[in-house]
Amino acid sequence: MNKMKKITGMSLFLPIFCMLLVMAVNIVYDISSGNFAFNFFTISVRNGVLYGRLIDILNRGSEVAILAIGMTLVVSASAGTDISVGSVMSLAASFCCMLLAGYGVSSTNDLAAPLLVGVLGAILMGCLCGAFNGFLVAYLNVQPMVATLILFSAARAIGLLLCNNLIVYVRNESFQFFGGYVGFLPTPIVIAAICIVIVAVLLKKTALGLYIQSVGINKRASRIAGLNSARIIFLCYLVCGLAAGIAGLVSSSRISSADSNNIGLNYELDAILAVALGGNSLGGGKFNLAGSIIGAYTIQAISTTLYALGVSTEQAPVYKAIIVILIVTIQAPPFKAWMKRMSAKRALQKGGAAA
Amino acid sequence: MDSKRAGGSILAAAAALVLFMTGCTEKEQSAPETEFPKVEESVLEAVPPYEEDAASRNGAYLVVGFSQVGSESDWRIGNTESYRNTFTAENGYYLIYEDAQQKQENQLKAVRNFILQEVDYIVVDPIVEVGWDSVFQEAKDAGIPVILADRSVSVEDENLYTCWVGSDFQREGRRAGEWLQNHLRASGRGEDEIRIVTLQGTLGSTAQIGRTEGFQEVLEQQENWIMLEQQSGDFTQAKGQEVMEQFLESYEDIDVVVSENDNMTFGAIEAIEKSGRTCGPDGDIIIISFDAGRAALETLKDGKINAVFECNPDLAPLVSEIIQRLERGETVEKVQYVEEAYFDSTMDLERIIEEQSY
Repeated sequence: MNKMKKITGMSLFLPIFCMLLVMAVNIVYDISSGNFAFNFFTISVRNGVLYGRLIDILNRGSEVAILAIGMTLVVSASAGTDISVGSVMSLAASFCCMLLAGYGVSSTNDLAAPLLVGVLGAILMGCLCGAFNGFLVAYLNVQPMVATLILFSAARAIGLLLCNNLIVYVRNESFQFFGGYVGFLPTPIVIAAICIVIVAVLLKKTALGLYIQSVGINKRASRIAGLNSARIIFLCYLVCGLAAGIAGLVSSSRISSADSNNIGLNYELDAILAVALGGNSLGGGKFNLAGSIIGAYTIQAISTTLYALGVSTEQAPVYKAIIVILIVTIQAPPFKAWMKRMSAKRALQKGGAAA
Repeated sequence: MDSKRAGGSILAAAAALVLFMTGCTEKEQSAPETEFPKVEESVLEAVPPYEEDAASRNGAYLVVGFSQVGSESDWRIGNTESYRNTFTAENGYYLIYEDAQQKQENQLKAVRNFILQEVDYIVVDPIVEVGWDSVFQEAKDAGIPVILADRSVSVEDENLYTCWVGSDFQREGRRAGEWLQNHLRASGRGEDEIRIVTLQGTLGSTAQIGRTEGFQEVLEQQENWIMLEQQSGDFTQAKGQEVMEQFLESYEDIDVVVSENDNMTFGAIEAIEKSGRTCGPDGDIIIISFDAGRAALETLKDGKINAVFECNPDLAPLVSEIIQRLERGETVEKVQYVEEAYFDSTMDLERIIEEQSY
């Protein structure tokens, strides 16, 4: 009983529990349709690469997981969200493809510039956008939502300008690497893992995590205590932009093109949702990075599950919304308090019967 | 209270900056929607003769306002080229081109602008089918004929537009079904169980409805064909790839993939190859695609697609012909189809690729 309480009391318990619950639906479905019960979870090696629905979830969830890293820091430090990440992804992808294909070229098989230039271009473009957002929020005290609204609406259009209003195709194997495979693993999984590890180590080994939280809890008090609050907020937005740049690169490499209108569409919402599903408060302050990452993969698990169940793509958002509502409700403080009251009542009844 | 005042002035500065930035934003946003201001100037140049001398109207340029969906695919770019090459000054036209960036609001705005500019004809490639009644009524009240191209609309009063020009999507779907039937018979699989999946386009779009229904007609006559699942891949490569991955996970054995446009086909091929299967004439899975852009024909030549059904983007000559007939006061048929072909691996693809315009 005590052990149970210890497990359920862990801050990551609920996010993980919800993700497992979503996946459990598949076991029920597989059994009811007469398949092998763990059909959904089977991972096999085909064509020399890992294959299976779990790999799909990890693979397809990479972009949102990468975005969730930046979003968590932004939410924590500034008690606001960066709604420009999806558009910034698209801009970074467009810039990258424009560099690789040359301006005005709509389809190419040969790179016009070294691959490294394109990759650095995408990442720098992401950082630039992040710095712009960070400057507005940290130094000019603009509301995060308003500040990032600027790039939310403008970044996609700038991307279209860079690509001369075309979808730029870079059909080159070296560029397809970021959305392809490294060894037997899909590259996006590896990229996401590297990003997560770097940020996690940085937060753990330095006091940065603590600083971000304290700025988020009380900006003025932190400043009085000697922290440069503005610089820390700026840094968080910079990281968020960087994450968007990397995610944009992966996204565009997957389809070996820069589709400005569609890359990263609505990803900002998924990233914010990932933070919320991870049990983080959108009001800033304390945060749990692992929770956000799990949240990101939960979102993808829901999508993949709906595909597996054969729900039409047009109806899927409805089911997704219902599941999200359930997960958020389970994690809401009033619901938790109610559960506690109920269990206390039961304990009392039991106690009463014994007496 | 010094700090308070300072705070106030910073806030004011921030507000000013935001205003300035959003100002920029709007400019940047409208910029890609074609060279609108430039066009307007030239329209002004073209308009005065009309006003000065209404009688010479017939001798002057015919001003055609064209609202395009966007530039989302190779097909669309080829389609835009077709208009640009047909409605030229040499042919006696002045074309005002508006790119709607896949948003209906932009199209409604564009059509209203055309009405204000008193163009002679409005050509619209509607992004979605609904929501056109009031703006077409405005055009009708202004006496400007509306010609629909490619995609269609559903309006209460069909007289709101003059006619529709485009592809017979249902016929494309039916021909794809018939091709498959012949192909299977020729390869001795006429009686085998054939398991099919479909990557549909954006649900509700004219092309998706037509192609699905056309293929369905043939499918219903074949007892040994099984449609495993139909899912929308939104006409995009990324979505097509994702949906195809799921199909491959769900079904061990897929014989045929019907993909309702080229972009989804590219995604599907990638997914199939990743899963360790092969496709095309020599592969495990038969792939049927629609649109037939140059990239798809090259993929066909590489032996990864079995057949691709053309969706002719060269609509402008037919639109121009209709406008000329309307100018002469003739009546035109409500629905007009363009000529379309199909290509498969048995043809001389080198030559076809060279001739393909998009």
